[in-house]
Amino acid sequence: MDGIHDMGGTQGWGTVELDPDDPVFANDWEGRAFALGAMAGGLSGTNLDAFRHGLERLHPLTYLQDGYYGRWLACAELLLVDSGVLAQGAVDARARRLMGEDVEEPAQPEVNKPEYERGGGGSLRDIDDPPKFEVGDSVRARDVHVGGHTRMPAYIRGRAGTISAIRPAAVLPDATAHFTGEEPQHVYTVSFESTELWGAEAEPTTLNIDLFETYMEKR
Amino acid sequence: MTAIPQKRPPAPIRTEALEALLTDRGLVTAEAIDGLINRFVNDVGPMNGAKVVAKAWTDPEYKARLMADGTAAVGELGFAGPQGEHIVVVENDEKAHNVVVCTLCSCYPWPLLGLPPNWYKDPAYRSRIVREPRAVLAEMGLELDQDVAITVWDSSAENRYFILPQRPDGTDGLGEDELAALVTREAMVGVAKVHAPA
Repeated sequence: MDGIHDMGGTQGWGTVELDPDDPVFANDWEGRAFALGAMAGGLSGTNLDAFRHGLERLHPLTYLQDGYYGRWLACAELLLVDSGVLAQGAVDARARRLMGEDVEEPAQPEVNKPEYERGGGGSLRDIDDPPKFEVGDSVRARDVHVGGHTRMPAYIRGRAGTISAIRPAAVLPDATAHFTGEEPQHVYTVSFESTELWGAEAEPTTLNIDLFETYMEKR
Repeated sequence: MTAIPQKRPPAPIRTEALEALLTDRGLVTAEAIDGLINRFVNDVGPMNGAKVVAKAWTDPEYKARLMADGTAAVGELGFAGPQGEHIVVVENDEKAHNVVVCTLCSCYPWPLLGLPPNWYKDPAYRSRIVREPRAVLAEMGLELDQDVAITVWDSSAENRYFILPQRPDGTDGLGEDELAALVTREAMVGVAKVHAPA
Protein backbone atom coordinates (compact mmCIF):
# COMPACT_ATOMS: atom_id res chain seq x y z
CA MET A 1 0.00 0.00 0.00
CA ASP A 2 1.02 3.59 -0.55
CA GLY A 3 1.41 4.72 3.02
CA ILE A 4 3.42 6.77 5.46
CA HIS A 5 5.82 3.84 5.95
CA ASP A 6 7.06 3.98 2.35
CA MET A 7 9.63 6.67 3.03
CA GLY A 8 12.36 6.07 0.46
CA GLY A 9 13.09 9.31 -1.39
CA THR A 10 10.37 11.37 0.34
CA GLN A 11 11.49 14.83 1.36
CA GLY A 12 11.14 17.32 4.17
CA TRP A 13 12.23 15.16 7.12
CA GLY A 14 15.18 17.25 8.24
CA THR A 15 18.64 16.17 9.29
CA VAL A 16 19.83 12.83 10.67
CA GLU A 17 20.89 13.03 14.30
CA LEU A 18 23.46 10.41 15.28
CA ASP A 19 23.83 9.63 18.97
CA PRO A 20 26.46 6.87 19.38
CA ASP A 21 25.32 6.31 22.98
CA ASP A 22 21.68 5.78 22.06
CA PRO A 23 20.34 3.27 24.63
CA VAL A 24 18.46 0.15 23.47
CA PHE A 25 15.35 1.38 25.27
CA ALA A 26 15.22 5.01 26.40
CA ASN A 27 12.30 4.25 28.76
CA ASP A 28 11.16 1.11 30.56
CA TRP A 29 7.79 1.04 28.77
CA GLU A 30 9.57 0.89 25.41
CA GLY A 31 11.22 -2.40 26.34
CA ARG A 32 7.87 -3.82 27.40
CA ALA A 33 6.18 -2.52 24.24
CA PHE A 34 8.95 -4.17 22.18
CA ALA A 35 8.43 -7.50 23.95
CA LEU A 36 4.65 -7.32 23.56
CA GLY A 37 5.09 -6.45 19.88
CA ALA A 38 7.49 -9.35 19.40
CA MET A 39 4.94 -11.70 21.00
CA ALA A 40 1.91 -10.26 19.19
CA GLY A 41 2.36 -12.35 16.04
CA GLY A 42 2.23 -15.60 17.96
CA LEU A 43 -0.57 -14.49 20.31
CA SER A 44 -2.75 -13.30 17.43
CA GLY A 45 -1.99 -16.29 15.20
CA THR A 46 -0.58 -13.99 12.53
CA ASN A 47 3.01 -13.56 11.32
CA LEU A 48 5.92 -11.20 10.73
CA ASP A 49 4.53 -9.87 7.46
CA ALA A 50 1.14 -9.21 9.05
CA PHE A 51 2.97 -7.31 11.80
CA ARG A 52 4.78 -5.15 9.24
CA HIS A 53 1.47 -4.57 7.46
CA GLY A 54 -0.11 -3.71 10.79
CA LEU A 55 2.43 -0.91 11.22
CA GLU A 56 1.52 0.34 7.74
CA ARG A 57 -2.20 0.28 8.60
CA LEU A 58 -1.80 2.63 11.54
CA HIS A 59 -3.07 6.15 10.95
CA PRO A 60 -0.17 8.23 9.55
CA LEU A 61 -0.36 10.56 12.53
CA THR A 62 -0.21 7.63 14.95
CA TYR A 63 2.69 6.17 12.97
CA LEU A 64 4.69 9.36 13.41
CA GLN A 65 3.54 10.64 16.79
CA ASP A 66 3.80 7.40 18.76
CA GLY A 67 7.48 6.92 17.99
CA TYR A 68 9.05 3.56 17.20
CA TYR A 69 7.98 1.42 20.16
CA GLY A 70 4.71 3.29 20.51
CA ARG A 71 4.05 2.11 16.97
CA TRP A 72 4.89 -1.48 17.97
CA LEU A 73 2.43 -1.18 20.84
CA ALA A 74 -0.34 0.16 18.61
CA CYS A 75 0.37 -2.59 16.06
CA ALA A 76 0.29 -5.33 18.73
CA GLU A 77 -3.10 -4.02 19.84
CA LEU A 78 -4.35 -3.91 16.24
CA LEU A 79 -3.39 -7.55 15.51
CA LEU A 80 -4.81 -8.81 18.82
CA VAL A 81 -8.12 -7.01 18.18
CA ASP A 82 -8.24 -8.30 14.58
CA SER A 83 -7.85 -11.87 15.89
CA GLY A 84 -10.44 -11.44 18.63
CA VAL A 85 -7.88 -11.99 21.38
CA LEU A 86 -8.79 -8.54 22.70
CA ALA A 87 -11.96 -6.50 22.32
CA GLN A 88 -11.88 -3.25 20.39
CA GLY A 89 -11.24 -0.57 22.99
CA ALA A 90 -10.03 -3.01 25.66
CA VAL A 91 -6.58 -1.44 25.98
CA ASP A 92 -8.02 2.05 26.11
CA ALA A 93 -10.54 1.08 28.81
CA ARG A 94 -7.94 -0.71 30.94
CA ALA A 95 -5.54 2.24 30.58
CA ARG A 96 -8.24 4.65 31.72
CA ARG A 97 -9.02 2.46 34.70
CA LEU A 98 -5.31 2.44 35.57
CA MET A 99 -5.51 6.24 35.45
CA GLY A 100 -8.36 6.18 37.95
CA GLU A 101 -11.29 6.70 35.57
CA ASP A 102 -14.48 4.75 36.14
CA VAL A 103 -14.96 3.11 32.74
CA GLU A 104 -16.43 -0.26 31.86
CA GLU A 105 -14.24 -2.74 30.05
CA PRO A 106 -15.72 -4.25 26.87
CA ALA A 107 -16.81 -7.89 26.83
CA GLN A 108 -14.31 -10.46 25.56
CA PRO A 109 -15.09 -11.26 21.89
CA GLU A 110 -14.84 -14.65 20.26
CA VAL A 111 -11.27 -15.51 19.30
CA ASN A 112 -10.99 -15.53 15.53
CA LYS A 113 -7.42 -16.17 14.46
CA PRO A 114 -6.62 -16.43 10.74
CA GLU A 115 -6.38 -19.92 9.29
CA TYR A 116 -3.77 -20.58 6.66
CA GLU A 117 -1.10 -23.11 5.74
CA ARG A 118 2.51 -22.48 6.77
CA GLY A 119 5.32 -24.31 5.02
CA GLY A 120 7.69 -24.17 7.98
CA GLY A 121 9.30 -21.69 10.36
CA GLY A 122 10.93 -18.46 9.28
CA SER A 123 10.56 -16.92 5.84
CA LEU A 124 13.03 -18.80 3.62
CA ARG A 125 11.77 -21.72 1.50
CA ASP A 126 13.17 -24.20 -1.00
CA ILE A 127 11.30 -24.11 -4.29
CA ASP A 128 11.54 -26.40 -7.31
CA ASP A 129 11.05 -23.89 -10.13
CA PRO A 130 14.33 -22.46 -11.44
CA PRO A 131 14.85 -18.70 -11.10
CA LYS A 132 13.34 -16.78 -14.01
CA PHE A 133 16.16 -14.23 -14.06
CA GLU A 134 19.96 -14.57 -14.17
CA VAL A 135 22.63 -12.27 -12.81
CA GLY A 136 23.18 -9.53 -15.38
CA ASP A 137 19.61 -9.56 -16.74
CA SER A 138 18.05 -6.19 -17.41
CA VAL A 139 14.71 -5.88 -15.64
CA ARG A 140 12.06 -3.31 -14.92
CA ALA A 141 10.14 -3.07 -11.66
CA ARG A 142 6.45 -3.45 -12.46
CA ASP A 143 4.33 -0.34 -12.20
CA VAL A 144 1.84 -1.96 -9.84
CA HIS A 145 -0.15 -0.19 -7.15
CA VAL A 146 -1.42 -2.73 -4.65
CA GLY A 147 -3.80 -1.82 -1.85
CA GLY A 148 -2.40 -4.36 0.60
CA HIS A 149 1.04 -5.27 1.83
CA THR A 150 4.00 -5.33 -0.53
CA ARG A 151 7.77 -5.04 -0.17
CA MET A 152 8.27 -3.07 -3.34
CA PRO A 153 8.69 0.55 -2.38
CA ALA A 154 7.13 3.23 -4.58
CA TYR A 155 10.46 4.76 -5.55
CA ILE A 156 11.40 1.61 -7.52
CA ARG A 157 8.16 1.24 -9.51
CA GLY A 158 8.61 1.34 -13.26
CA ARG A 159 12.37 1.84 -12.98
CA ALA A 160 14.99 -0.13 -14.93
CA GLY A 161 17.68 -2.09 -13.12
CA THR A 162 20.01 -5.08 -13.36
CA ILE A 163 19.92 -8.36 -11.46
CA SER A 164 23.06 -8.46 -9.32
CA ALA A 165 22.46 -11.53 -7.13
CA ILE A 166 20.03 -14.40 -6.65
CA ARG A 167 19.11 -14.82 -2.97
CA PRO A 168 17.31 -17.68 -1.17
CA ALA A 169 13.64 -18.04 -2.10
CA ALA A 170 11.19 -16.76 0.51
CA VAL A 171 7.50 -16.53 1.27
CA LEU A 172 5.80 -13.67 -0.56
CA PRO A 173 4.90 -10.99 2.01
CA ASP A 174 2.07 -9.77 -0.24
CA ALA A 175 0.39 -13.17 0.40
CA THR A 176 1.42 -14.08 3.94
CA ALA A 177 0.46 -10.68 5.36
CA HIS A 178 -3.10 -11.40 4.19
CA PHE A 179 -3.11 -15.10 5.17
CA THR A 180 -3.88 -16.30 1.63
CA GLY A 181 -0.93 -18.71 1.57
CA GLU A 182 2.83 -18.46 1.25
CA GLU A 183 3.39 -18.33 -2.53
CA PRO A 184 7.20 -18.60 -2.08
CA GLN A 185 9.26 -16.96 -4.81
CA HIS A 186 12.82 -16.38 -5.83
CA VAL A 187 14.32 -13.18 -4.43
CA TYR A 188 16.94 -11.11 -6.23
CA THR A 189 19.17 -8.21 -5.41
CA VAL A 190 18.60 -5.66 -8.14
CA SER A 191 20.90 -2.70 -8.83
CA PHE A 192 19.54 0.68 -9.91
CA GLU A 193 21.60 3.68 -10.93
CA SER A 194 20.76 6.80 -8.94
CA THR A 195 20.09 8.75 -12.14
CA GLU A 196 17.39 6.22 -13.12
CA LEU A 197 15.68 6.75 -9.76
CA TRP A 198 16.20 10.44 -9.06
CA GLY A 199 16.79 12.10 -12.40
CA ALA A 200 19.76 13.12 -14.51
CA GLU A 201 21.05 15.58 -11.94
CA ALA A 202 21.39 12.94 -9.19
CA GLU A 203 24.84 12.26 -7.90
CA PRO A 204 26.02 8.95 -9.43
CA THR A 205 25.60 6.22 -6.82
CA THR A 206 24.11 2.72 -6.86
CA LEU A 207 21.02 1.46 -5.06
CA ASN A 208 20.75 -2.27 -4.37
CA ILE A 209 17.39 -3.59 -3.28
CA ASP A 210 15.89 -7.06 -2.79
CA LEU A 211 12.88 -7.76 -4.97
CA PHE A 212 10.58 -10.76 -5.34
CA GLU A 213 10.37 -12.34 -8.79
CA THR A 214 6.84 -11.15 -9.64
CA TYR A 215 7.78 -7.57 -8.78
CA MET A 216 9.76 -7.44 -12.04
CA GLU A 217 9.61 -8.04 -15.78
CA LYS A 218 12.43 -8.60 -18.27
CA ARG A 219 13.28 -5.68 -20.53
CA MET B 1 -13.24 13.92 5.89
CA THR B 2 -10.07 12.41 7.22
CA ALA B 3 -10.46 11.20 10.78
CA ILE B 4 -7.81 12.45 13.18
CA PRO B 5 -6.89 9.93 15.90
CA GLN B 6 -8.45 10.85 19.23
CA LYS B 7 -6.29 11.63 22.20
CA ARG B 8 -5.40 8.35 23.92
CA PRO B 9 -3.93 7.55 27.32
CA PRO B 10 -0.13 7.94 27.24
CA ALA B 11 1.97 5.09 25.81
CA PRO B 12 3.46 3.97 29.17
CA ILE B 13 -0.07 3.46 30.56
CA ARG B 14 -1.31 1.74 27.43
CA THR B 15 1.69 -0.59 27.59
CA GLU B 16 0.85 -1.44 31.19
CA ALA B 17 -2.79 -1.97 30.18
CA LEU B 18 -1.95 -4.32 27.31
CA GLU B 19 0.43 -6.32 29.49
CA ALA B 20 -2.19 -6.56 32.24
CA LEU B 21 -4.93 -7.70 29.84
CA LEU B 22 -2.70 -10.45 28.46
CA THR B 23 -1.31 -11.59 31.82
CA ASP B 24 -4.87 -11.68 33.27
CA ARG B 25 -5.70 -14.22 30.56
CA GLY B 26 -2.52 -16.20 31.14
CA LEU B 27 -1.28 -15.45 27.62
CA VAL B 28 2.00 -13.79 28.64
CA THR B 29 4.06 -13.60 31.81
CA ALA B 30 6.07 -10.70 33.18
CA GLU B 31 9.03 -13.09 33.30
CA ALA B 32 8.85 -13.78 29.58
CA ILE B 33 8.74 -10.04 28.86
CA ASP B 34 11.65 -9.39 31.24
CA GLY B 35 13.61 -12.19 29.57
CA LEU B 36 13.16 -10.75 26.10
CA ILE B 37 14.14 -7.25 27.28
CA ASN B 38 17.18 -8.62 29.09
CA ARG B 39 18.28 -10.51 25.98
CA PHE B 40 18.31 -7.40 23.81
CA VAL B 41 19.73 -5.08 26.47
CA ASN B 42 22.52 -7.37 27.69
CA ASP B 43 23.18 -10.38 25.46
CA VAL B 44 22.65 -9.31 21.86
CA GLY B 45 24.13 -6.13 20.45
CA PRO B 46 26.93 -4.59 18.38
CA MET B 47 29.54 -6.45 20.45
CA ASN B 48 28.51 -9.58 18.53
CA GLY B 49 29.12 -8.00 15.15
CA ALA B 50 32.39 -6.50 16.39
CA LYS B 51 33.68 -10.01 17.16
CA VAL B 52 32.87 -11.08 13.61
CA VAL B 53 34.73 -8.07 12.19
CA ALA B 54 37.81 -8.57 14.40
CA LYS B 55 37.98 -12.24 13.46
CA ALA B 56 37.64 -11.45 9.76
CA TRP B 57 40.47 -8.90 10.04
CA THR B 58 42.84 -11.35 11.70
CA ASP B 59 41.92 -14.69 10.11
CA PRO B 60 41.92 -14.68 6.28
CA GLU B 61 40.31 -18.12 6.09
CA TYR B 62 37.46 -16.99 8.32
CA LYS B 63 37.05 -13.88 6.20
CA ALA B 64 36.80 -16.02 3.05
CA ARG B 65 34.08 -18.13 4.68
CA LEU B 66 32.30 -15.00 5.91
CA MET B 67 32.18 -13.42 2.47
CA ALA B 68 31.07 -16.70 0.84
CA ASP B 69 28.33 -17.62 3.35
CA GLY B 70 27.68 -14.99 6.01
CA THR B 71 24.97 -16.94 7.81
CA ALA B 72 27.19 -20.00 8.32
CA ALA B 73 30.28 -17.99 9.27
CA VAL B 74 28.54 -15.88 11.92
CA GLY B 75 26.88 -19.09 13.10
CA GLU B 76 30.36 -20.46 13.84
CA LEU B 77 30.59 -17.78 16.55
CA GLY B 78 27.13 -18.67 17.87
CA PHE B 79 25.25 -15.78 16.28
CA ALA B 80 21.89 -16.78 14.80
CA GLY B 81 18.20 -16.21 15.36
CA PRO B 82 15.32 -13.95 14.34
CA GLN B 83 16.22 -11.30 11.74
CA GLY B 84 19.32 -13.30 10.85
CA GLU B 85 17.92 -15.96 8.54
CA HIS B 86 20.21 -15.01 5.68
CA ILE B 87 23.22 -12.80 6.43
CA VAL B 88 25.08 -11.20 3.52
CA VAL B 89 28.40 -9.53 4.31
CA VAL B 90 29.56 -6.61 2.20
CA GLU B 91 33.07 -5.20 2.48
CA ASN B 92 34.00 -1.53 2.58
CA ASP B 93 37.39 -0.35 1.34
CA GLU B 94 39.12 2.80 0.10
CA LYS B 95 37.31 2.87 -3.22
CA ALA B 96 33.94 1.31 -2.46
CA HIS B 97 31.62 2.31 0.37
CA ASN B 98 28.42 0.44 1.24
CA VAL B 99 25.67 1.57 3.58
CA VAL B 100 22.48 -0.22 4.71
CA VAL B 101 18.93 1.04 5.23
CA CYS B 102 15.37 -0.27 5.46
CA THR B 103 13.17 2.36 3.80
CA LEU B 104 9.93 0.44 4.49
CA CYS B 105 10.39 -0.37 8.18
CA SER B 106 13.46 -1.15 10.30
CA CYS B 107 14.95 -4.46 9.06
CA TYR B 108 18.31 -4.95 10.76
CA PRO B 109 20.58 -7.96 11.51
CA TRP B 110 19.48 -8.52 15.11
CA PRO B 111 21.83 -11.44 15.96
CA LEU B 112 24.86 -9.30 15.03
CA LEU B 113 23.83 -5.78 16.00
CA GLY B 114 20.85 -6.11 18.35
CA LEU B 115 17.93 -3.73 17.92
CA PRO B 116 18.42 -0.73 15.63
CA PRO B 117 19.38 2.68 17.03
CA ASN B 118 17.09 5.70 16.73
CA TRP B 119 18.83 7.23 13.75
CA TYR B 120 18.35 4.03 11.71
CA LYS B 121 14.59 4.12 12.37
CA ASP B 122 14.24 7.84 11.82
CA PRO B 123 12.25 9.08 8.80
CA ALA B 124 15.14 11.40 7.89
CA TYR B 125 17.56 8.47 7.48
CA ARG B 126 15.04 6.12 5.85
CA SER B 127 13.94 8.71 3.30
CA ARG B 128 17.21 10.41 2.42
CA ILE B 129 19.99 7.81 2.45
CA VAL B 130 18.67 6.24 -0.77
CA ARG B 131 18.43 9.59 -2.51
CA GLU B 132 21.40 11.63 -1.33
CA PRO B 133 23.71 9.21 0.47
CA ARG B 134 26.87 11.30 0.25
CA ALA B 135 25.18 14.31 1.84
CA VAL B 136 23.57 12.21 4.59
CA LEU B 137 26.85 10.45 5.40
CA ALA B 138 28.63 13.82 5.58
CA GLU B 139 25.90 15.06 7.91
CA MET B 140 26.54 12.03 10.11
CA GLY B 141 30.26 12.79 10.21
CA LEU B 142 31.58 10.65 7.35
CA GLU B 143 33.06 12.72 4.53
CA LEU B 144 33.89 10.46 1.57
CA ASP B 145 36.17 11.48 -1.28
CA GLN B 146 34.43 12.11 -4.60
CA ASP B 147 36.12 9.08 -6.17
CA VAL B 148 34.67 6.65 -3.62
CA ALA B 149 31.81 4.66 -5.19
CA ILE B 150 28.76 4.57 -2.90
CA THR B 151 26.27 1.69 -2.87
CA VAL B 152 23.15 1.84 -0.72
CA TRP B 153 21.47 -1.45 0.25
CA ASP B 154 17.73 -1.22 0.93
CA SER B 155 16.92 -4.38 2.92
CA SER B 156 13.41 -4.93 1.62
CA ALA B 157 13.23 -8.75 1.94
CA GLU B 158 14.62 -11.23 4.50
CA ASN B 159 18.29 -10.86 3.59
CA ARG B 160 20.18 -8.94 6.25
CA TYR B 161 23.19 -6.94 5.15
CA PHE B 162 26.21 -6.57 7.40
CA ILE B 163 29.11 -4.27 6.58
CA LEU B 164 32.68 -5.46 7.07
CA PRO B 165 34.46 -2.14 7.64
CA GLN B 166 38.02 -1.46 6.51
CA ARG B 167 40.65 -2.23 9.12
CA PRO B 168 42.32 1.05 10.08
CA ASP B 169 46.05 1.62 9.62
CA GLY B 170 48.14 1.52 12.78
CA THR B 171 46.40 -1.52 14.28
CA ASP B 172 48.91 -4.22 13.27
CA GLY B 173 49.90 -5.06 16.81
CA LEU B 174 46.38 -5.41 18.17
CA GLY B 175 44.72 -8.72 19.04
CA GLU B 176 41.14 -9.72 18.26
CA ASP B 177 39.65 -8.36 21.49
CA GLU B 178 41.43 -5.02 21.15
CA LEU B 179 40.31 -4.74 17.53
CA ALA B 180 36.71 -5.63 18.42
CA ALA B 181 36.69 -2.79 20.94
CA LEU B 182 37.35 -0.31 18.10
CA VAL B 183 34.44 -1.46 15.93
CA THR B 184 31.26 0.60 16.28
CA ARG B 185 27.65 -0.18 15.43
CA GLU B 186 27.73 2.74 12.99
CA ALA B 187 30.69 1.24 11.10
CA MET B 188 28.84 -2.08 10.71
CA VAL B 189 25.86 -0.32 9.09
CA GLY B 190 28.17 1.77 6.92
CA VAL B 191 27.65 5.29 8.27
CA ALA B 192 31.12 5.50 9.85
CA LYS B 193 34.64 4.16 9.51
CA VAL B 194 36.64 2.40 12.18
CA HIS B 195 39.46 4.50 13.63
CA ALA B 196 42.75 3.41 15.18
CA PRO B 197 43.19 4.26 18.85
CA ALA B 198 44.46 7.81 19.30
